[in-house]
Amino acid sequence: MSATIAKSLDLKGLSCPMPIIKTAKAMKELAPGQLLEVFATDPGSVPDFKAWAQTTGNPLVESSESAGIFHFTLKKKEL
Amino acid sequence: MQNDVLILGGGVGGTVVANLVAKDLGDRARVTVVDTTGIHVYQPGFLYVAIGQEHPEALQRPEASLLRHDIKLVVDRATRVDTATQKVVLASGRTLRYDELLLATGSRTVMEEVPGGAGAHDFYTMDGATRLFKALKEFEGGKILIGVAGIPYKCPPAPVEFAFLLDDYLRSRHIRDKSEIGLLSPLNRAFTIEATSKLVQPILAERGIELTGFFNVETVDPIAKTVTSLEGDTMEYDLLVLVPPHRGQKVIEDSGLGDERGWVPVDKNTLKHTGFQNIWAVGDATNIPISKSGSVAHYEASVAAGALAAAVRGEAPPTHVYDGKVMCFLETGQGQATTISFDYDHPPVSPTPARRWHWLKTLFNKTYWHTVPQGRLP
Repeated sequence: MSATIAKSLDLKGLSCPMPIIKTAKAMKELAPGQLLEVFATDPGSVPDFKAWAQTTGNPLVESSESAGIFHFTLKKKEL
Repeated sequence: MQNDVLILGGGVGGTVVANLVAKDLGDRARVTVVDTTGIHVYQPGFLYVAIGQEHPEALQRPEASLLRHDIKLVVDRATRVDTATQKVVLASGRTLRYDELLLATGSRTVMEEVPGGAGAHDFYTMDGATRLFKALKEFEGGKILIGVAGIPYKCPPAPVEFAFLLDDYLRSRHIRDKSEIGLLSPLNRAFTIEATSKLVQPILAERGIELTGFFNVETVDPIAKTVTSLEGDTMEYDLLVLVPPHRGQKVIEDSGLGDERGWVPVDKNTLKHTGFQNIWAVGDATNIPISKSGSVAHYEASVAAGALAAAVRGEAPPTHVYDGKVMCFLETGQGQATTISFDYDHPPVSPTPARRWHWLKTLFNKTYWHTVPQGRLP
């Protein structure tokens, strides 16, 4: 992973569907190809982020979990 | 010595707490309710006003008629809470002091936060619901979109219910075949709760209601009649119904008692303000990440009432805390409904839609006035 993170969002403690909405807002501000990382604690965010990435065409390039904190990296889609 | 228990807001939460506290404490406390209009409104009825199944007058009663006689009602708007002097300033210039304060101020809708939002209808206020029904009566066919323009909002299943009831309404007018109904959801399912979404999605499909996922409404163009999402998609409509963004009340924001959206930060079990020992909040006003609904305000009320009474008596807080209980009905149209029940420790469950749940919802709507405000239902 050589690309740098353009923006980082701390969405820990927020419950569904807030993480998706905050993420959608943050992605709007990024340029195509830039990376957004998200930290969340809602277990429902795992399937939600996967589905959101597929539907919107912004690739989910990484998804992991450590000590109850979920970490997602999304790439803003090319125009 | 009498304590002053002050309650801001005469909705479900404020009214139930006031009645329970006054009954419990008797002469130990002077209980005062401050309400902006002095009219208690049964907000779950807005949905029915919007499709012409309920009259606005049936959803309103004087707040004074729902409060015990030993409670004082002040019809005025609270503009500021001064926690240093324990006083609340009212719009009239009058001030009221408190020993214990309950914030039951609810939420407000702010459609003005949506660019172009003035071109959309809503059923989140009496005026909005009344205007929406007027527009529906004049509707002769075309595309109706139902979307969500902000989270959190009151009654999470309401957009789904509206879609079903709208389907019934258009069928009753024999214009369903000339109409399209589209439900725009913030997630990739009918609404937040997955189990219930799985139950209602096949019914949406059966009724020809088109579900579009991950469409978080951002802007409206009322001239072109298009709505655009945060995700970047645009859809055309003939009539647009939006759930407006919600915020806490201005008095909360102006007094520095809330977060950036005006929601009051409280402990999710004790309902006590995280920054003040003598302030509690219930209902829509709190920042607790569960449904903003009358049932939540109702269940929280007994906990807040117990905590306020214990504080007045100088006793330790009661062990009875709020467990996150939520209970909602969800109309699925054609005379049927389901329910959604859950709490902090138990995931939501919903029974198969049936007529009895619709009857029970109808019965609850009618008997509300004689049961809930007085604290007669647990």
